[in-house]
Amino acid sequence: MESPAAALPDADARLLTRRAAIGRRQDALFAHVTRAFAVLVLVLLAAIVVALVYAAWPALSKFGARFFVTDAWNPVTGEFGALAPIYGTIATSAIALLIGVPVSFGIALFLTELCPAWLKRSLGTAVELLAAIPSIIYGMWGLFVFAPFFAEHVEPSIIETLGNVWLVGPLFQGAPSGLGVLTAGIILAVMVIPFIAAVMRDVFELVPPMLKESSYALGCTTWEVVRHVVLPYTRIGVVGGIMLGLGRALGETMAVTFVIGNAYRIRASLLEPGNSIASALANEFNEAADPVHRGALIALGLVLFVLTLLVLAASRILMARLARKEGGGT
Amino acid sequence: MSANSTPWRSDTVHYRRRLFVSRFNLAMSLATMALGMVFLCWILATLFVHGMAALSPALFTQMTPPPGASGGLRNAIVGSGVIVATATFVSTPIGVLAGIYLAEYGRAGWLAETTRFVNDMLLSAPSIILGLFVYTVYVVPVGHFSGWAGSMALALIAIPVIVRTTENSLRLVPGSLREAAVALGAPMWKVIVNVTLRAARGGVITGVLLAVARMSGETAPLLFTALNNQFWSLDMNAPIANLPVVIFQFAMSPFDDWKALAWAGALLITAAVLALNIVARAAFRQGKAR
Repeated sequence: MESPAAALPDADARLLTRRAAIGRRQDALFAHVTRAFAVLVLVLLAAIVVALVYAAWPALSKFGARFFVTDAWNPVTGEFGALAPIYGTIATSAIALLIGVPVSFGIALFLTELCPAWLKRSLGTAVELLAAIPSIIYGMWGLFVFAPFFAEHVEPSIIETLGNVWLVGPLFQGAPSGLGVLTAGIILAVMVIPFIAAVMRDVFELVPPMLKESSYALGCTTWEVVRHVVLPYTRIGVVGGIMLGLGRALGETMAVTFVIGNAYRIRASLLEPGNSIASALANEFNEAADPVHRGALIALGLVLFVLTLLVLAASRILMARLARKEGGGT
Repeated sequence: MSANSTPWRSDTVHYRRRLFVSRFNLAMSLATMALGMVFLCWILATLFVHGMAALSPALFTQMTPPPGASGGLRNAIVGSGVIVATATFVSTPIGVLAGIYLAEYGRAGWLAETTRFVNDMLLSAPSIILGLFVYTVYVVPVGHFSGWAGSMALALIAIPVIVRTTENSLRLVPGSLREAAVALGAPMWKVIVNVTLRAARGGVITGVLLAVARMSGETAPLLFTALNNQFWSLDMNAPIANLPVVIFQFAMSPFDDWKALAWAGALLITAAVLALNIVARAAFRQGKAR
């Protein structure tokens, strides 16, 4: 900026240098402002953890480690243990993944390998719309449509068949009410399928066509190409997508609140009502007047937050590793 | 696979088995796709049937009724609009500026890397936790639930979405465009605001629309912040009615009138969210074509 100005008449040169100086000052200001907002996002996460720990302290200091290993939840006597909601959260999420992962894999496989080109975009959009439906709609549909259907047509046969199988039998016994851990898990599965399927589709499309064509040329069937070429190549991305879905399932509130039955107890049977961390919060928080009760609920929230952060961090790290592999040009 | 004696003949038992396995698995894949579509149609059809039955002009002209009476959703619809609009106005500048930093200034540094990581965490963090956070840092000190608190919680949901889409669409702008502007002597901030950001406009707008769509359907963070209000109120400093919480309360109630209103509200929200998603997609495609 200085050197071309030196060749000009004095007044022009001064104007130019002044403008350049103003520009530099504005630049510095703009850079600082944008950085400040980026830091704000960064600080937000820390602030959430600090605020939750602070607010949960009345309960955490009173119960200590006992909070995490007992399942008594009694606002009247002031006894709080987090085990039942933690169990409910993990059980529903596990069911969601057990059902959701194979189905998502099938959908992603269909969209990348089988689907005719003219259908690809509309079906892809349909799957994405399934992800956009608000969770409270899943909850209403679950409570008023799916749960009665499930109780009448599916649960009786599950109880009759799986309920008598050795080892897994106790999981499927009881009265077919339609509300419970299993129903919540199934609805969560429907909700996480679009997320996992979208990630799987995206990573499947990263597989270089030459790899696939080479294996077809060797005489592989479509399934063998998927099983031995596509899956090994995208393994990390697939796991990352599953973790992302798990993160969603753990924290889902409204859909679960409607159908899980809201009972603080751990029962062997998945057909019995239970509770999850998020549904406990949604149901009880506004009625909790006592600071220890409130603290206990916020402590539950803290547990949920830490749990999802761990899962999401793992997912993000796996995806980053896949991106590095891509960038390295394997 | 090599155990077979005549690998070249296509009618061997081995080959037929491989073919069968392949076809069977692909058929299962087709079945899962069909299953997904069945659920999508089932949910939308349910919503449509129950929602249409309860849809009437009174929805938009009358207030939420007391138990057992008929009424509308006017206060809830307007309240939702006010909360979401406020949250959009707050979160858009924050998200866009942070996104600009990530895309233009901090492509590599540790600060940008960490911020990106944290932003991804927030993007998928449970929304109910954000509600709890706003409850502890705002509702408790202030002493009452309020529309402001609801907007804050929703803004926290929108910011990561906007940061992510802004950064991604700025990164798609070719470097030569920036270099050309810098070569003309424009300061960096002018280059970013007048050239790069303008070129990436479509993507940024898409991000904001997607964030609005996401916020409109969120229920959990509003439960502990905006709460609900049975009456007409536009006071952001007091509890304010909003569609998601009204739907939640009415759907869980034992009254048929309330349930019907909940279905109508659910239909309205889903229609709005899906329409926003479709518009956002169109904006994105148009932005790309330009």
